[in-house]
Amino acid sequence: MSKIKTTEQIASASLYYAVYIALVILTIGTVGLSFCNLQNWHTIVGLIIATCKATLVALFFMHLLHSARITWLALFAGLFWLAILMSLTLTDYLSRSWLQY
Amino acid sequence: MATRNASVRWHHFDSLQHQQESTTLGMWVFLATEVLVFGAIFTGYTVYRVAYTPSFEAASRQLNLLIGGINTIVLLTSSLTMALSVQAAKSGQRRKLVRCLGLTALMGIAFLGLKAVEYYGDYRDKLVPGLSFDPVQWTAPDVHPSQVQLFLIFYYCLTGLHAVHLTIGIVIIAILAWMARRNVFSPHYYAPVEIWGLYWHFVDLIWIFLLPLLYLIGTRDRWL
Repeated sequence: MSKIKTTEQIASASLYYAVYIALVILTIGTVGLSFCNLQNWHTIVGLIIATCKATLVALFFMHLLHSARITWLALFAGLFWLAILMSLTLTDYLSRSWLQY
Repeated sequence: MATRNASVRWHHFDSLQHQQESTTLGMWVFLATEVLVFGAIFTGYTVYRVAYTPSFEAASRQLNLLIGGINTIVLLTSSLTMALSVQAAKSGQRRKLVRCLGLTALMGIAFLGLKAVEYYGDYRDKLVPGLSFDPVQWTAPDVHPSQVQLFLIFYYCLTGLHAVHLTIGIVIIAILAWMARRNVFSPHYYAPVEIWGLYWHFVDLIWIFLLPLLYLIGTRDRWL
């Protein structure tokens, strides 16, 4: 059997632990911030932290950092279509007047 | 059933690396479609959150953040053990692979158990539209019981769909652990572990976004 070239370098376990610690810290951060009086900023702060956590999971746990470019394309295609879905839907609903229940 | 150290290259691939990359790409394409499934529900949620913000904030404050937060840590830890199991598969460490896969599945079950406790608590707190809900409790200014019920329906739909995905993941991880015990995987053949690891991380990703969108809408003053 010929020697197999691994598709990606084997990441060290310590990298995974470091990412995990960062994720836990971000979780504690997002929960803690929710007890502060941020008023309208809660949404954007929460989403920014969630996006940071998601990026860490995708890049390191899901090996996206060492994946082929076409894999990146598949992910960004999904996100792009999600962006179309949300933006076009919201332009419709946010430009209507609302009846009160 | 693959034989030990199987590394069969299917004829339509140029190399094993090509095959491995295509397998991974296939799972990523599926995950992109899953993004759109949850994305559609998120879009509906966004529309009504913008329209009924005070009601959504008031309802969000009643959710059990203690269990929600613990569940987040549980899922993050399960993602860690899943990543470690993929690494173990790549380096041929069978015992570690079985152990990490088993831990991943166990933590998934723990998440579901905590979720069940949380759902029961929601039922006791009268937060289940149609089953256990008291409009009289929602009397703050700008808060309407029907809008609160809409939030709760989104909450159960999103967490319920997530729980279904998690259950499927747990079953598959358990099957992979059983296969690993039977020495099916090796540094030459670990594609199933890799791609179902991707699925598991995706389920974790959904929950990472569910936590702030459902539990942390407004300023919280209590954990339960």
